[in-house]
Amino acid sequence: MSPAIGGTLARLDGRAKVSGSARYSGEVPIPHLAHAVLIGAPVANARITAVDATEAEQSAGVLAVLTHLNLPKVAMQPSLLPSLAGLAAPGHTFFPMQDDTVHYAGQHVAVVVADTLERAEHAATLVRIDYDTTPPVTLLEEIKDQAYEPQKIFGGLLPGRQVRGDIEAGLRDAEVRVEAMYEFAANHHNPIEPSTTTAAWDEVGRLTLYDGIQGPTSTQLTAAAFLGVPPAQIRVVSNYVGGSFGSKAMVWPHATLAAMAARHVGRPVRLALNREQMFTSCGHREQQRQHLTLGARADGKLVAVRHHKLSLTSHFDDWAEPSLQSPAIIYDYPNYEGIYRLGRGNINTPTFTRAPGEATGMFAMESAMDELAERIGVDPVELRLRNCSDTDPATGDPWSSSGLRECLERGAELFGWAGRDPRPRQRREGNWLIGTGMATAAYPHAQPVNPQRARARIYSDGSVIVEAGVSEFGTGISTAMTLVAADGLGVTVDQVRFAGGNTDMPNITAAVGSAGAGAASAAVHLSVTALREQLIGMAVADEQSPLHGADPAAVVVEGGRMALRDRPDAGETYSAMLQRKLVPDVEAIGNWIPPAQDVGHGMHTFGAQFAEVGVDAELGLIRVRRMVGVFAPGRVLNRRTAHSQLMGGMLWGLGQTLLEATRMDARSGRWANASLADYLVPVNADSPDVVVDTVEVHENVVNPLGVKGVGEIGVVGVAAAIGNAVYHATGYRARSLPIALDDILSQAS
Amino acid sequence: MQVTVTVNGEEYTRDVDTRLLLVHFLRDHLGLTGTHWGCDTSNCGVCTVWLDGVPVKSCTVLAVMADGHAVRTVEGLERNGTLDPVQEGFVQCHGLQCGFCTPGMMLTARWLLDHNPDPSEEQIREAISGQSCRCTGYENIVRSVRWAAEHSTVEATK
Ligand code: FES
Ligand code: FES
Repeated sequence: MSPAIGGTLARLDGRAKVSGSARYSGEVPIPHLAHAVLIGAPVANARITAVDATEAEQSAGVLAVLTHLNLPKVAMQPSLLPSLAGLAAPGHTFFPMQDDTVHYAGQHVAVVVADTLERAEHAATLVRIDYDTTPPVTLLEEIKDQAYEPQKIFGGLLPGRQVRGDIEAGLRDAEVRVEAMYEFAANHHNPIEPSTTTAAWDEVGRLTLYDGIQGPTSTQLTAAAFLGVPPAQIRVVSNYVGGSFGSKAMVWPHATLAAMAARHVGRPVRLALNREQMFTSCGHREQQRQHLTLGARADGKLVAVRHHKLSLTSHFDDWAEPSLQSPAIIYDYPNYEGIYRLGRGNINTPTFTRAPGEATGMFAMESAMDELAERIGVDPVELRLRNCSDTDPATGDPWSSSGLRECLERGAELFGWAGRDPRPRQRREGNWLIGTGMATAAYPHAQPVNPQRARARIYSDGSVIVEAGVSEFGTGISTAMTLVAADGLGVTVDQVRFAGGNTDMPNITAAVGSAGAGAASAAVHLSVTALREQLIGMAVADEQSPLHGADPAAVVVEGGRMALRDRPDAGETYSAMLQRKLVPDVEAIGNWIPPAQDVGHGMHTFGAQFAEVGVDAELGLIRVRRMVGVFAPGRVLNRRTAHSQLMGGMLWGLGQTLLEATRMDARSGRWANASLADYLVPVNADSPDVVVDTVEVHENVVNPLGVKGVGEIGVVGVAAAIGNAVYHATGYRARSLPIALDDILSQAS
Repeated sequence: MQVTVTVNGEEYTRDVDTRLLLVHFLRDHLGLTGTHWGCDTSNCGVCTVWLDGVPVKSCTVLAVMADGHAVRTVEGLERNGTLDPVQEGFVQCHGLQCGFCTPGMMLTARWLLDHNPDPSEEQIREAISGQSCRCTGYENIVRSVRWAAEHSTVEATK
């Protein structure tokens, strides 16, 4: 096994982050900076009838007030494609302030620019906008009768309906059926750093954007399209990003508005969303309802699954998170029907939210599996094992790697699942009813479609720089890429510097859908492999080298030295060779072409989640006492960063289950709790004892290093594991997220 | 209005708008951007600094209220190029991912350790209860503070 990869290297960006010197996109010092403040519509369905900006324009320090009356028109509207496609990636197919229509509350209707943030904020309160309003439509209840079946969802990537076998016959012939309806509140990402863009044009019309984003190229291409400026004239810098979770996966209008404002006032402009604006400006997980029917044999073997989803989208996009994908393939059964239905409302287009789709779809699937297990008297872990599939049931192709069985078994062992009394309400400690539950986790392996590139250069002193245009939003990508580079070249990690974070670097697609580590590691691996081969080639061709005339394939590298595999004494260091030959540096590009979608393998990441809860019998309070998550994410590049991401993901699952809900005030059409005071995220008092483990699988299909990624899988299945534990503790079956205390109380009494 | 604030031992005199918040004073006027800003409701805690030795959320303090007072920010944790054990702990124990919550967490942790050099896990969790981290799941943050507690003793006896 490689020496560096798979180890536990401390994060290399740690020092910058603990010293306060890491500059996030709103913190890069820029002379003569002006500040822009957005005004969001306070109404959800309206036409603007009048704008009076006079008082604001006359307010001290104000440089401009931009509204639909004076903002330039965008050059074009790119279509909505997930940023993984590597093209322009607007969050929605709508650009604000192009006309007088208000489609949703919070839609940007004006931008106020002033010399200080305080003056811009004050002036924003002085802009008068009149609206002619119509009652808004914002709830699932209001659209359910007009819902339609979209051709495609998720930015055109997935069909709106998928079937296999004969669902009617399958359900009819099933010996046992479990049918239920599941409800999900809308969720918001709430990274701790609100999105911020700083825009600066130079004298010759080139634009620099400092933008917090999951991939700098996506901002570059999107802003280029909207502004009608060639991408080559736009440089995007995204060195540090204060968390994203999907909110910075797509490029939302504020980035382009910052550039427009800067061009208008002839000064660099910083535009920061405030927390309330984060609820209306960069998407959300949509409010949704899922109707699921399982058909099984008496021994628990599934034979048919019908899974329908109804959700709310905007007036301009058919967006639904792909909740049905994992439940459709996670177990082996012949008959399936999955249908997405959408209704349009006065809301912004939803977007990726960590574990987009699986976080909800797998709650439905794994809650129903728990009911099935109870109905037929089979242990829940055993039921999953009976339904595990060695092939992708949709295509019949073998998995590139699975590990699901091992995750279930290892999780059960770590958790101490064996011997569990399946009957609910059997364990009590004082006032607390104790229960345990489990669920399967699954996440489709997403791939970029376009080539992924990195560049590696070694200097004659043996130091190495590797570059790729990734952004560091918390995952530890720079640390992991340093390990990959060190291993590929056979040098120590302190000889390698990895640099990313801007569009001058070789292009890597935005890191979304847990595809970031796989894509970047493939490109970096290929770049250092090419560099190593080039260096070995130089040595064997050089008469003065101890390796002269050797077969390049017989040369191995270690400790910065090339040597014969069979005769380690015959060799020399990279630097000795380069210095002798008076070569200052050698450089190579890695260019990874991702495999096509039909590689003859199903590609999915699997895991298993276990939870123990205590429920206060009188108050209905739910405390998660401990969780165990075991995952099979392929090759783990850095165990320390990977475990931390998985653990953070499990806490996200806990938040989704017990706390997180954005509620709509249907009368005003506005989110009723758009603040961190009212939208609850898990705090440390909520965080239970968490055990994270990974199982090794042999993976050589997805990318050169077999990396499947760890960003999302930690979230998936947590909600069902906790919900099933709540049922085990109380006898109350939660089918609505987040689980409300009052539901438990009304049921328990 | 003119204010004089001592930040990390250095005196700064500036003309400021009376409505200017301390967090923006530190970030925009002094360029000390290690103090972050994340909400408008004093919930997230990323803006935490010390005011006269006590952790406060600098988004709920006006710059003019800090006139004549002493502020300590993350930039003032390091001494003579050596990281504070709390900073070292966050690096060693992977107490961060995106790092946005980290400065505030560390300032609270430093204050806790000054008053309670050997805090239990419970006491650490209590101390940072006014601060949110969306990335890490908190475990490693608690471990980082424990690491600092253990290594501060070594430091002191050296
Ligand atoms: S900025 Fe969130 S508490 Fe101060
Ligand atoms: S490390 Fe990202 S919020 Fe704490």
